[in-house]
Amino acid sequence: MLTDLSGWTIAAVVVLGVLSVAGGIAVFVVDSMARATFALLASFLAVAGVLLAFDLVYLAVVTALMMTIEMAIMAVFMIMFMMNPAGLMPMTMVHNARGSALTGAVAFVVLVVGIWTVDWPIGRTERPEDSTRQLGEAIMGSHMLVMLMIGIGLFATILAGTVLATARGRYDRFGADLAAKRPDDPIPGGLPR
Amino acid sequence: MTAELVLQIVLTVAAGLIGVGLFGALSQQSIVMVMMGLELVLNGVLLAGGAAWYFIAPELPDAQMLVVVALVVMAVEMAMGFAVTVAIYRARQVDMVDMATDLRG
Repeated sequence: MLTDLSGWTIAAVVVLGVLSVAGGIAVFVVDSMARATFALLASFLAVAGVLLAFDLVYLAVVTALMMTIEMAIMAVFMIMFMMNPAGLMPMTMVHNARGSALTGAVAFVVLVVGIWTVDWPIGRTERPEDSTRQLGEAIMGSHMLVMLMIGIGLFATILAGTVLATARGRYDRFGADLAAKRPDDPIPGGLPR
Repeated sequence: MTAELVLQIVLTVAAGLIGVGLFGALSQQSIVMVMMGLELVLNGVLLAGGAAWYFIAPELPDAQMLVVVALVVMAVEMAMGFAVTVAIYRARQVDMVDMATDLRG
């Protein structure tokens, strides 16, 4: 069955695909953490472009916006944790590079063999008029459970992030058995002092 | 060009992203670089999910939901990854995976 994508669109998809993989490789090749972050951003934006070509307008925009913000935050953390943020000297910090490369290559080959041998069930199916509407109706209807789970997961992330960010928890303040009458604070609160 | 061929090309690109990401996640020593490898793997999942929706089952929203879940996993992974990185750095000045071997069996 012939695809309903135009020649230009297919060309754009191929170029963006190559760009996304090139960006992904660049992440582990460049000498600076900041450059690595922006190479990853380029990879994400290329994937967002492919999603746009597949009529997934909402998901493409969400991917592009979310990843731009995420990489902007990541660049700050990268520079914080990196001894060589400006890339003024060569940087390689790897362990077991050969084993890792082999694992990555094996995973790629296994996936490619699967991709090119499976008889994909492509039939002439009805395309929805608006993919965003389809997704919205699924989230608010048949797939609401997925959204509920996502909500709980994100809430758990907020709680866990707060717990990890807290320098002094209740066990530091009230003792291991939480039995202390007054919290052991560097500056005691309350009145009268 | 047949739809199947385009799907296979896009899925091959996704497999490439997953392979590169796996290499990065396994080989890098810096914790933040490990997270970048994991993000690349998820990037491949995004691409494969989008392609699956367009070529295999556009009448169903399931593949789109998969992409949404992958996006959420990315956000959660980054938030928790940085929280753990900052916490372990504050406690022991550790910023490389080789320095945090407490859980090694």
